[in-house]
Amino acid sequence: MIGNGILRGLTETARNFFGSYTKKERLTTIQYPEERLPQIEATRDFPFLVYDGPDWHEGMRCVACQICEKECPPKCIVIEKSKDKKPDAVGKPQFYPAIFNIDISVCMSCQICVEVCPFDAIKMDVEYDLPTDDRFTGLLFDKQRLSKSNTYYNQIHPTEAAAVDTALAEERAKAEAKAKAAAEAAAAKSAAPPQAAAQPAPQPISGETK
Amino acid sequence: MTLPLDQLFVLTKQHLLAHIPTPAQPIASAILSVTPILIAFPLLFAITTLLERKGLGRIQNRYGPNRTGPLGLWQPIADGIKSLTKEDIVPHTADHAVHLLAPILIAAASFLGYAVLPIGRNMTLLNLNAGVLYFFAVGSLVELAVFMAGWSSRSKYSLLGAMRAIAQMISYEVPLVLASVSVIMQSGSLSTVSIVEQQATYTGIFPHWNIFTPWGILGFALFMVAACAESNRSPFDLPEGESEIIAGYYIEYSGFKFALFFLGEYLGMFATSGMAITLFLGGWSAPLSFLTFIPSYLWFFLKLLVLIAGFIWVRGTLPRLRMDQLMSLAWQFILPLAILNIFVVGVWRFLPSGILRWLICTILIIIPFTFLSRTLKKIKKFQTRTYAFVEYPITSTASPLCNTVLTAPIANSPEPQQP
Repeated sequence: MIGNGILRGLTETARNFFGSYTKKERLTTIQYPEERLPQIEATRDFPFLVYDGPDWHEGMRCVACQICEKECPPKCIVIEKSKDKKPDAVGKPQFYPAIFNIDISVCMSCQICVEVCPFDAIKMDVEYDLPTDDRFTGLLFDKQRLSKSNTYYNQIHPTEAAAVDTALAEERAKAEAKAKAAAEAAAAKSAAPPQAAAQPAPQPISGETK
Repeated sequence: MTLPLDQLFVLTKQHLLAHIPTPAQPIASAILSVTPILIAFPLLFAITTLLERKGLGRIQNRYGPNRTGPLGLWQPIADGIKSLTKEDIVPHTADHAVHLLAPILIAAASFLGYAVLPIGRNMTLLNLNAGVLYFFAVGSLVELAVFMAGWSSRSKYSLLGAMRAIAQMISYEVPLVLASVSVIMQSGSLSTVSIVEQQATYTGIFPHWNIFTPWGILGFALFMVAACAESNRSPFDLPEGESEIIAGYYIEYSGFKFALFFLGEYLGMFATSGMAITLFLGGWSAPLSFLTFIPSYLWFFLKLLVLIAGFIWVRGTLPRLRMDQLMSLAWQFILPLAILNIFVVGVWRFLPSGILRWLICTILIIIPFTFLSRTLKKIKKFQTRTYAFVEYPITSTASPLCNTVLTAPIANSPEPQQP
């Protein structure tokens, strides 16, 4: 009979219509500002700077080596090296970025900066709620805005952050052991210059960045 | 029968008219009658756009608009403001005068049909002797407006859309009028008011609506299919098929002119639905005799909303027809049935009332219907589609030729690179 298919189609759409009012699982739409999907661990969008400890400036891992600035394909990173030095994540005195800006309106989320960073200082964030009224300065993030704690990094990418933490801890232990050995050796050799041995250690790294 | 609530608008109008001096009364009466229609139906249009989007959303297991105001209720207002503030772009090579007139004409022509629709008891703007005739005459003005829009835009898409629209509207005008002829034959009047009044009588609790007869069911079905095609609604929305010719005849319109086309289209849909209600569903009369205490205009709008819901439901279900399917449906299936329906009404009118009349008329409809649909299904064959500018025929019989032409370049493809 003609019209059988039409009737079947009409019952299907009617079932959808009434079913969407009674069964919540039919409505697959996530009502964005109120509801959000659970975060997937592999999510990434824009880079941020990791710091250890409570203070963002003291604990900043970045040593202003400027590799990420050079590697960035759309050139959205601007770094200016500091004149003085502060201890880095491992404990060695290093330069730190006086200016570290990322223009996230230019950033293409390629993650190359993260891959080239030898200090695990720059990582990918998951925050996507970044609307702003001011498209010029509102999307140009300075180093304070970019800095996020290691605990936050552990929250958003637990597996990755754990690996980074163990690697850093090993390096720190190695550096400490080296410093201790050097200090002991120096102390054993002669009690006269105890502090001199610790000083030459950071020089190969700062030479590498140039 | 004349409850004050039922005659609220009529009495208000009479009361207001009493304050106006006698020479000015005819024009004042006209203004007082026209203004509510000019307010009520665009308002219904605004509500319908929201309900349609919500309904279609639910049909597709979505929420539909729910951001503007509570439950998205201010969405029509937002849409209106948006279309008012948008830039009005006219194509450089367009015929400016016709391009401007087309949306005005389509909105005006859609409004004209409401003059003869009985919205409630004693609530018909014009009780014309030839009301139904007037309605269809005015309704065909829309075709002119559509073609004006398509022609004046000087765009291929709009011209294609307009040509499709003209072909479709003229084809479906025939079954639309023929389906209503059956009602005219039964009632013996072209006046919409008397057609409704004849249906607003009751035996027991049941009314004498035309749809409660075998020919009424068929006539109503044919009328609604034709009305769907007349108002360019899905599945007959070829003139504005978004996926083929983007928006058809109004592709070159923007801003408020576009909104006027939209308005005209919906008003046309309401008008034809209103005519279907008038002809088949007893106009403003209550479906059961003890429900007459509910005002007549409410019944009219309730029926209108039900028909609109039906339109939305069909739109959410059926895919768009192809042009040849559309034409063959109109001329091979709906038109013969409409002519048959006229014959059945004749039989119905001259047989004595009773169960026998019902039986004979039902058989007279069912047998040709089955026969026609079976035959059409049988003779329908899938033709081999060929592209007009291809020189070789792509058919199974011509496969040797086809193979030589098609496979030769592929087999020899590395060779041209060597020299």
